[in-house]
Amino acid sequence: MSGTMVTGTTTTGAGIAVSVLQVALTVVGAPLLVGMMRQVRARMEGRAGAGVGQPWRDLRKLMRKKPLDPHGTGPVFRTAPLIQVATTLMVAAAIPFVSVDTGVGEAADLIAVVALLTLGTAALALAGLDTGTAFGGMGASREMTITALAEPTVLMAAFALSTRVGSTNLPAIVDAGLKDAGRVVSPVSVLAAFALAAVVLAEAGRLPVDNPSTHLELTMVHEAMVLEYSGPDLALVELAAAMRLSVLLGLWSALFLPWGTATSTGVLAVLGATALFVVKVGVLGAVLAAGEVFMAKLRLFRVPELLAGSFLLAVLAVAASFFLE
Amino acid sequence: MRGLLRKIRALGRVAEPAPARSAGLPPQRALAGSVQVRCVDAGSCNGCEIEIGQAFGPVYDADRYGVRLVASPRHADVLAVTGPVTRNMAVALKRTFAATPEPRLVVAVGDCAIGCGEFAGGYGVVGGVDEVVPVDLRVPGCPPEPEAIVAALRQVTGR
Repeated sequence: MSGTMVTGTTTTGAGIAVSVLQVALTVVGAPLLVGMMRQVRARMEGRAGAGVGQPWRDLRKLMRKKPLDPHGTGPVFRTAPLIQVATTLMVAAAIPFVSVDTGVGEAADLIAVVALLTLGTAALALAGLDTGTAFGGMGASREMTITALAEPTVLMAAFALSTRVGSTNLPAIVDAGLKDAGRVVSPVSVLAAFALAAVVLAEAGRLPVDNPSTHLELTMVHEAMVLEYSGPDLALVELAAAMRLSVLLGLWSALFLPWGTATSTGVLAVLGATALFVVKVGVLGAVLAAGEVFMAKLRLFRVPELLAGSFLLAVLAVAASFFLE
Repeated sequence: MRGLLRKIRALGRVAEPAPARSAGLPPQRALAGSVQVRCVDAGSCNGCEIEIGQAFGPVYDADRYGVRLVASPRHADVLAVTGPVTRNMAVALKRTFAATPEPRLVVAVGDCAIGCGEFAGGYGVVGGVDEVVPVDLRVPGCPPEPEAIVAALRQVTGR
């Protein structure tokens, strides 16, 4: 980073305040989003549902429980939840959710954001291996398979979105979309939106790639890796999983529904953008939860087909950006 | 998909209205509002499992009181043990109990779990659940009705 900082977004005090706001919003809002999605699903199944606050009640309960160290696990197992929470918080600070002027500035790179999320995934997969149980290893191998297949799609879609802006800097991409709505509704953007939607489902562990509420050994991916966590560690893992979902939905909405994101750090603009961001992610979550009612989990060996399809869309997006510009 | 949507709209809510909560167990401050349950089949005939399944189905909807079934005893606060404890499951039950982080409760579901029921005196049976691990709550019945299971779990969540 020595002397290569390009002009553009620089770190300001107000920008840092925006980042802090985004992090606070993610921590407080992510469990509520999960609770809201479970509630939507419960109502569609004819059940009453546990209420939107249930994930927070679960977290509070887990925090009060006595920690328990499974026999034979080491530092990898113990630090994985912290790494996952930390990387997700960094991503929440970097992505321009409410304003393009975040405190992270030039470092808010699309590729860096994806790499940070993958670091969290890798840490948890290693923790799954560290437990030495059959399920931990199985979950880790499946998670890494899915991640390895999703990664090329992300890079291709990032390539398609960034060539026209000339930068992989997220605030620059979002800013360009805000100034010229034609970019966001162009074929390039629509193809990339569908490609990244499949990746969001895969990375957040939602149907049809992974079922977040399954207890069936043969279908577990994320659940299988975290079977040995208990008490406060499990609380961190669950909080990180919830935050990943809202961060991924927020990233998708920032890239493909950027309207309403503030271009300044004025208090009113930021407050309005915050409200709009909550509504956007809430609606995306509700649509996702409602869609899941109609869906069954894909057989594990069909998941590569889904991700290959999304990769094809991403390649088409790159080709379209070459031909249409 | 349209057929399913029509069914969702026509059916509306299946969950029965929540009955009044019965007081019994002293309230567990640490587990207020949220209880994760791990089922342990210590040798049951699966009759109790069917009733537990019903308790978490749409009609009785134990979920709405903050109760959830989990895949691992490490995630659990409550062990719901069914069946007389067979010789082969006694060690497994003890290990499951040890793997559950404190504070933890054991609920014996069904007559077999409480006192061996039909299987009392059988050669393959160690005894009731309380002969292997301490039991905090008992749900009698052969099999117990889903309402009784839900009522017992509500004593723990306090909702």
